[in-house]
Amino acid sequence: MHERQLRGLIARVKAGDLTRRAFVQKMLALGLTAPMATQMLDYCGVAKAQGSFNYKPTKRGGGGALKVLWWQGATLLNPHFAVGTKDQEGSRIFYEPLAAWDGDGELVPILAAEIPSRQNGGLAADGLSVTWKLKRDVKWHDGKPFTADDCIFNWEYAADPATAAVTIGSYKDVKVQKVDDHTVVVRFAKPTPFWADAFVGTRGMLIPKHLFADFVGAKSRDAPTNLKPVGTGPYKFADFKPGDLVRGEINTAYHRENRPYFDSIEMKGGGDAISAARAVIQTGEYDYAWNMQVEDEILQRLEKGGKGVAVITAGGNIEHIQLNSTDPWTEVDGERSSLKTKHPVLSDPAVRQALGMLVDRQSVQDHIYGRTGVATGNFVNNPERFVSKATKWEFNVDKASQVLEAAGWKKGADGIRAKDGKKLKFVFQTSINTPRQKTQAIVKQACQKAGIDLELKSVVASVFFSSDVANPDTYPHFYCDIQMYTTTMTQPDPELFMNQFASWEIATKENKWQGRNITRWKSEEYDKAFRAGEGELDPVKRAALFIKMNEMVVGDYAVIPVVYRPRVAAISSKLQAPLSGWDNDLWLLSDWYREA
Amino acid sequence: MGPYLLRRLLIALPSLLGISVVLFTVLALAPGDPFEELATNPAVPPEVRTALRIKFGLDDPIAVRYLRWLMAMLGGDWGFSFVSRVDVGALILQRLPTTLFVIGSAQLLAILIAMPVGIYAATRPYSIFDQIANTFAFVGFSLPTFFTGLLFILVFSIWLDWLPFVYRSDISAGGWQWYVEHVRQAIMPIAVLALFQAASLTRYVRSAMLDVIRLDYVTTARAKGLGERIVILKHVVRNALIPVVTLVALQMPSIFGGAIVTEQIFRIPGIGSLLISSILANDTPVVMAVTFVFACLVVVFNLIADILYGWLDPRITFG
Repeated sequence: MHERQLRGLIARVKAGDLTRRAFVQKMLALGLTAPMATQMLDYCGVAKAQGSFNYKPTKRGGGGALKVLWWQGATLLNPHFAVGTKDQEGSRIFYEPLAAWDGDGELVPILAAEIPSRQNGGLAADGLSVTWKLKRDVKWHDGKPFTADDCIFNWEYAADPATAAVTIGSYKDVKVQKVDDHTVVVRFAKPTPFWADAFVGTRGMLIPKHLFADFVGAKSRDAPTNLKPVGTGPYKFADFKPGDLVRGEINTAYHRENRPYFDSIEMKGGGDAISAARAVIQTGEYDYAWNMQVEDEILQRLEKGGKGVAVITAGGNIEHIQLNSTDPWTEVDGERSSLKTKHPVLSDPAVRQALGMLVDRQSVQDHIYGRTGVATGNFVNNPERFVSKATKWEFNVDKASQVLEAAGWKKGADGIRAKDGKKLKFVFQTSINTPRQKTQAIVKQACQKAGIDLELKSVVASVFFSSDVANPDTYPHFYCDIQMYTTTMTQPDPELFMNQFASWEIATKENKWQGRNITRWKSEEYDKAFRAGEGELDPVKRAALFIKMNEMVVGDYAVIPVVYRPRVAAISSKLQAPLSGWDNDLWLLSDWYREA
Repeated sequence: MGPYLLRRLLIALPSLLGISVVLFTVLALAPGDPFEELATNPAVPPEVRTALRIKFGLDDPIAVRYLRWLMAMLGGDWGFSFVSRVDVGALILQRLPTTLFVIGSAQLLAILIAMPVGIYAATRPYSIFDQIANTFAFVGFSLPTFFTGLLFILVFSIWLDWLPFVYRSDISAGGWQWYVEHVRQAIMPIAVLALFQAASLTRYVRSAMLDVIRLDYVTTARAKGLGERIVILKHVVRNALIPVVTLVALQMPSIFGGAIVTEQIFRIPGIGSLLISSILANDTPVVMAVTFVFACLVVVFNLIADILYGWLDPRITFG
């Protein structure tokens, strides 16, 4: 899809022919994120739709206790140190960002008075600054007012390398200035198309200056407020036991009226995903459970009890197979899979194409993941109804055999194809995880029929996903032909996600395998498109570039997408909770309520 | 007695030191670091991880790290958790009461079951009661706690819907309702642990009783015309319990071990679940501290068992 076609679609949305949501779905199918799609519409001046969630309670409180289960409990409650989403979620009970992403990828103001746009003067035409107007009369839980100084402080706090905040990436390259007590300007060093990063969503939760000011940098661990959060959120801190429990009491001075509905919240941690699903769906002991990494078959069986359901939310995680572009079996200068080599067999496009046709995604979805893994041909998420034409996938053993045959790969006496003395034998590795081993088996079976021999290898997850420089079995080393895992897209903008195919990101011994390009796939055209996308201010032009990049990667079979993995949560049938795949589960905790 | 105790304590020191060296080295050599999740998140620059590793001293040589840990430990500083950044001592203290409550009650319940059953079975060997008690004991200690735990959850929480299977450390209800809730949630984990303990203990009590009951002085007591009750309780049980007491003391550390699994299943916020989550998160200071506490427990309870033995049996002297 080209820029002109995109503009055509946007014009249709503007005219009312196409709904905003349908447009977003189309963009998802093309490998973009929902937030990116909504930004295009905003940029082109299409009026915003009302949020789809309807909050019914007419008074604050009175809802009793909300009990949620996080089978990995929150271990710390400072959003700037949140190692995983569990810590972000724990912090989100108490802390809020200026704006958050809803399920449709729309930006929703939380502590901001309005979302900056070109129309209201919030976005500079040169893409060098964003002006945020803060909501007035917002108070921290201890009664102190929330002002622009707090925003400035969060920027200084996170950007200081000595603090070692995990949010540093969003703050280190910007400058934040105070205009007045309720206005701040974020200035970028270069034109920045994706401006909604600092102060937004999971990375934008704000901590109070008056309690953290003495604990910046090396002293950050000593702040007592790290364990006793004082935020602006719907619930006030009551109790915290790392890894076990987070408890909050209603904030009667919350800045949005009639909210929150519940009198208290209890987030219990520990245990395992299956019993968490049971406690919500089957026995109703709890109202909500996060991250249900449970086989769909079990979820369906539990749902028959009727006390709760599994809710699937679109997000950006993808289970994919990577094909090595370099030779993993030859050592050059002390490293295998070196950039100086080329894979002897996989470098043949016909072999890669054949492998692409030998992955039976439909069976993987039907027999292994069910609702929790949807077959896809796109590298970025993809609801099944809108499969992009360019990245169509098929499973066809006969066709794969024909392709190999035509390229000169003939079957030998042992049934394995060979050409010029090189056999179609590959080592296929992944982490130890039942669905992955089942998927490996499905792929191996199909490959065998087509005359490709796969040797299956599985590595313990703690080794496979570790960053140990000395261990050859980690995924960034990629010391084998083919590997499979899930890559997560944790941010609403695809730029950071798509840099994993840029040539300067290739994981090598030199960068201690910290580069993000694991397949070692290289393309000058891709690099150029990526560079152009980085500075392109027109979101429509930028989107066209990203769609092109997605097609290049999948079209060249650098990776073979298998299933797209949405987020799954267990939720009580009575609980009403707006969820989002582009932000934390608790992004709008203030609006959760129980129906009578 | 005094010199013996001193000698034993002096011997315990090098063994604890040895244990700590082994634990530390194994943990340091294990793959992975606590900031793995950051590595797969593209929004976090690799410098953050490097900075954290340097800040927490993870890049120093193992020997240096061990010495630093040992010095801090001697000064009473257990270090802090890499994951929650809370002091390890505080974390353990937070979790200890729950574990002690569950394990203590389980052990008490086990003794309350095992003693009468074992004694009664031994006084009537090969009777129907004895056969049944034996069978149950056999089944009881053959089934691991993770199995009985899941079975209990299935039957009592899911089928019958009587008891909750998520253990909550702070129950909001007040007054006697608080106790009711607490007992309700604690029944299953305590029963699981107690049944396992009681099973092996019953067999032990029974065989110890049988050893004593055949001795000549018991026959003498009976010949004197003492009632059966007095013979059994005053003459037999007292002597038969000597090895049982030692067994109870020696088993204490293994109960802590068994509680790890049970705590995980029932989400009990005790030391065991802390250990498991810390292992999964590669939180070495916490793993180190908890395993070291377990090691100390083994050493201490061994010592207690030896001392108790001498105290109960005057024939044994500490030379």
